[in-house]
Amino acid sequence: MISWPNLVSQLFNGLALGALLALISSGLTIIYGTLGVLNLAHGAMFMIGGYAGFVTYQYTESFILAVIAGSLFVMLLGVVMERVIIRHFYHRPHEDQLLVTFGLGICFVELVRLLFSSQSQIVPPPALFQGITNLGFMFYPTYRLAVVGIVAVALGALFIILYRTRLGMIVRAGIEDSVMVDSLGINVYRVFMIVFGIGAMAAGFAGIVNAPVVSLTPGIGDDILVQTFVVVVIGGVGSFPGAILGGLIAGEIISVTSMFNPGYAYVMLFAAMTLVLVVRPHGLLGVQGRE
Amino acid sequence: MTDDLIRRGLSRRGLLQTTAGLIGGSVLPAMPAFAEDKPAIGSYPTGVSGSAAFIGISVPRTGTYAVQGEDELKGYQLAIEHINEGHELIKKISPKTSKGVLGKELKFGVADSAAKPNEAVQAQQRFISENKAIMITGGTSSAVAVALNKLAQREHVLFVCGISGSNDTTGKDCVRYGVRQNFFGQTAAAAIGPVMVREFGKGKKAAYLTPDYTYGHTVTKSMQDFLATAGWTTTTNQVAPLGAPDYSSYLLNVANSGADVLINVNWGHDAVLSTQQAKQFGVLDKMKLVVPYQVPFIARETGGLMQGVYAATDYWWTIEDKFPLAKMFNEAFEKKYGYKPEWGAENAYVSFAHWAHMCEEAGSFNPPDVIKAYEKGETIPSLVGDVHYRPDDHQCVRPVIIVKGKQQKDMKNKEDWYDVVEIVPGEGLMQKPDAFGCHLGDYT
Repeated sequence: MISWPNLVSQLFNGLALGALLALISSGLTIIYGTLGVLNLAHGAMFMIGGYAGFVTYQYTESFILAVIAGSLFVMLLGVVMERVIIRHFYHRPHEDQLLVTFGLGICFVELVRLLFSSQSQIVPPPALFQGITNLGFMFYPTYRLAVVGIVAVALGALFIILYRTRLGMIVRAGIEDSVMVDSLGINVYRVFMIVFGIGAMAAGFAGIVNAPVVSLTPGIGDDILVQTFVVVVIGGVGSFPGAILGGLIAGEIISVTSMFNPGYAYVMLFAAMTLVLVVRPHGLLGVQGRE
Repeated sequence: MTDDLIRRGLSRRGLLQTTAGLIGGSVLPAMPAFAEDKPAIGSYPTGVSGSAAFIGISVPRTGTYAVQGEDELKGYQLAIEHINEGHELIKKISPKTSKGVLGKELKFGVADSAAKPNEAVQAQQRFISENKAIMITGGTSSAVAVALNKLAQREHVLFVCGISGSNDTTGKDCVRYGVRQNFFGQTAAAAIGPVMVREFGKGKKAAYLTPDYTYGHTVTKSMQDFLATAGWTTTTNQVAPLGAPDYSSYLLNVANSGADVLINVNWGHDAVLSTQQAKQFGVLDKMKLVVPYQVPFIARETGGLMQGVYAATDYWWTIEDKFPLAKMFNEAFEKKYGYKPEWGAENAYVSFAHWAHMCEEAGSFNPPDVIKAYEKGETIPSLVGDVHYRPDDHQCVRPVIIVKGKQQKDMKNKEDWYDVVEIVPGEGLMQKPDAFGCHLGDYT
């Protein structure tokens, strides 16, 4: 039987869970939409963001510095990765792109395991957001509430970059037709590098913001990567609003299903993805013809 | 006939050598069995025809159980090192061991199972086919243990089970070619259940966090069955997949369930994460936490959340005050690895020491002989006192240790996480041998 307070709690929790999934997925979908590269190292970059922030926190005990360091480090890593490796794969088959990013992801994970071992590392939330908040209908961790706000701001910033700047216009044009952008005299490869850096930064930012919610382990990105793909497929590959919508839907499915039958929470997520693929193969907000 | 042989050119020295050989041959059957006089089975005798015997080890080095897998591996490596050098501790458990097992140096290969049955089976199949592994081991997941049980029975290669808490491993999925040293769902529940009833009272309400595979289901069932005898009820059982990245939705259900006690059956990083998030959601402020199947390193990884928490375990290092072999093991382990061993390493070490003991007793690596040595049910030493293996299901009958997380102010050193509350003798904890549907299968 449905417990209404529990249903409301789960709906709210689904929103919080979905916000985080939306943030991670947005980086993945921007990169894929623009560069046509499905970055299987995205989960590892999410994880590295967490660890870079963790190291910074260890030295500074400042969560804000940890967030900045985690984001910038992964952005830098993304730029280097794009310049040194990824750009050589733009014109190669998708299989090669998948293999090289998959391999890079494994290297990143094992390097972190070598440096930090598999044991969990904890990044505490900032003092301001510690404890539990009484929302009237439920008690909810204060930091998770803050995460919803942080993610909303971050997604808003990404929206402004993508939809209110010249760079964003070029990126969106690149998503639609990169050959045409190139033929208009725009250095599309420079744009690709920036896009890869922004996508990586989104993953790194999500990694360190998520760190106080979970405990960091080298494999944390592997777990989230699968869900991220599901979100991108549901929302529409290459669609930034689709990533947000897909993330929220995924969060709600996991949360609400767990109330009826927890064993099926993640199964239902895949069932939803299958349904979307059948009914609308290009995703809810994806555009037909776009890869 | 002698004259005839001499006539055909056999020298007197040759005749004496032949006679000695015939006499020797007639005496041999009375001596311990050697490779030559047993029919080939599994990787025997090929795997032990040289100067070494090979062991295939598959532990999770990545994934949710990676921390525990690495610890388990250290226990295996220390045991192999001790067996090969004839260490004093091994000799206490396997008195006939000198160096190696039956004089053969032990060699080993390690594969990462990632706690996935298919990966473990593929790796072990390779070890059996290519390296002629005479024994295989691995676990840290009952799903892996059950899969390797089946592989061992099919390939006729002994599987000395690593960490596995499911009742099924030596229950409905038991095999003739599998043995298990460590405690499991039934014995955990029978040991910690009375402590919970004593501490929390009768007629309480419990919520469960259960990983969705054989380990989780059987441990939760055993706990529910035992606690039901004291009037406890289950308010909710939150079943989550292995490696769930977030427990918030499950914990909201727990928080709204009205339970008095949260019984966290999750293991590895799942246990760490779910415990941490239970704290974040205020669940641990509202209800008591119990971990019926203790997770190595959980106290360290959760940063003190195990304070005051009861758990059942195979081993905790402070029992060295009561058990001299435990003290020897702790010292050797800490000297090599720089930290106190947890129960994954203990189980690994003892399992290998017991296997060496059984091979030496059988006088052979021949699998049926080694299995029969286990099935004698001989009382043998372990790090927690004397134990024996049941012939009916190949389960070691051994004590279960109940611990309670220490408050930080009471910790004497950085690894002094638990008080040992009780060491519960194994005999009274065991189910009837056929209770979980064990049918061992054939020797050949």
